[in-house]
Amino acid sequence: MAEKTVPQYAGEQDASEKEDTRSQEKYVTPAVDIYETLDGLVVKADLPGVTKDGLDLRVENNLLTIRGRAAHRAPGEMLYREYQLANFFRQFELSDKVDQQNISAELKHGVLTLNLPKAEEAKPRKIEVRIA
Amino acid sequence: MAQLNAFADMENLRREVDRAFEEFATQSPASRAAFLPGRGPRRYPLINLLEDKENLYIEALTPGVEPQSLSVSVMRNRLTLSGEKTRIQGDVKPEAFHRSERSSGKFVRTFDLPVEVDEGKIQAEYKSGLLIITLPKPEKAKPRQVNVKVG
Repeated sequence: MAEKTVPQYAGEQDASEKEDTRSQEKYVTPAVDIYETLDGLVVKADLPGVTKDGLDLRVENNLLTIRGRAAHRAPGEMLYREYQLANFFRQFELSDKVDQQNISAELKHGVLTLNLPKAEEAKPRKIEVRIA
Repeated sequence: MAQLNAFADMENLRREVDRAFEEFATQSPASRAAFLPGRGPRRYPLINLLEDKENLYIEALTPGVEPQSLSVSVMRNRLTLSGEKTRIQGDVKPEAFHRSERSSGKFVRTFDLPVEVDEGKIQAEYKSGLLIITLPKPEKAKPRQVNVKVG
């Protein structure tokens, strides 16, 4: 029972201000999964309410920045609130082993999937043993 | 206006307290029995409840949920949301994970609405990870303008 239900991720409940700036905007840290495949790394981030237009992905100085603007809001007056649909912001440092030119991204049902391929030199290589 | 907000805060507090007790109750093995359907032990998904004159709106944070698996049912003023957040596809070994913060699995959540709603006209829309449910209020729950006659 316990394993099958979805545990609470604390980050999405409360928006907090980004520490490194003095901007007044509030940000939520999205929950991410990062895992390795043979070809590289896959990053999945939950960005509910973010559409393609509201998403800003950058790689600068080995720093991957995910920034999302949650666009949709139901109409009406708030009666009861459990979360704030604020903007999403999260940064990751990339290693040199990621081929930064060939990062691809897909956004589906509010989940961003980033494929970070390994650079050629970092891929596992099989070395043929020649028998003399 | 300030007074109204105070009431809204009280209402939110009451719900939080109820919820805390519900969660506490579901921790004990005796109350984990299967004959209480629609009681998930955790608060997922998170919801916001909004209203205007015509409708109530529920906005739920459900990123990565298969839209086919979502179901919404209403019994009088009690609404139940259920669905399944899909796991990562493919065979990924546990040791291949660097971070695993996103959760997956089946969920169910039940909550009470402040008014009974018109069950036949409920609409639900799943859009970029948000589930938005529109619940039309019945005629008797809508605000009505009363004209004052001058005698």
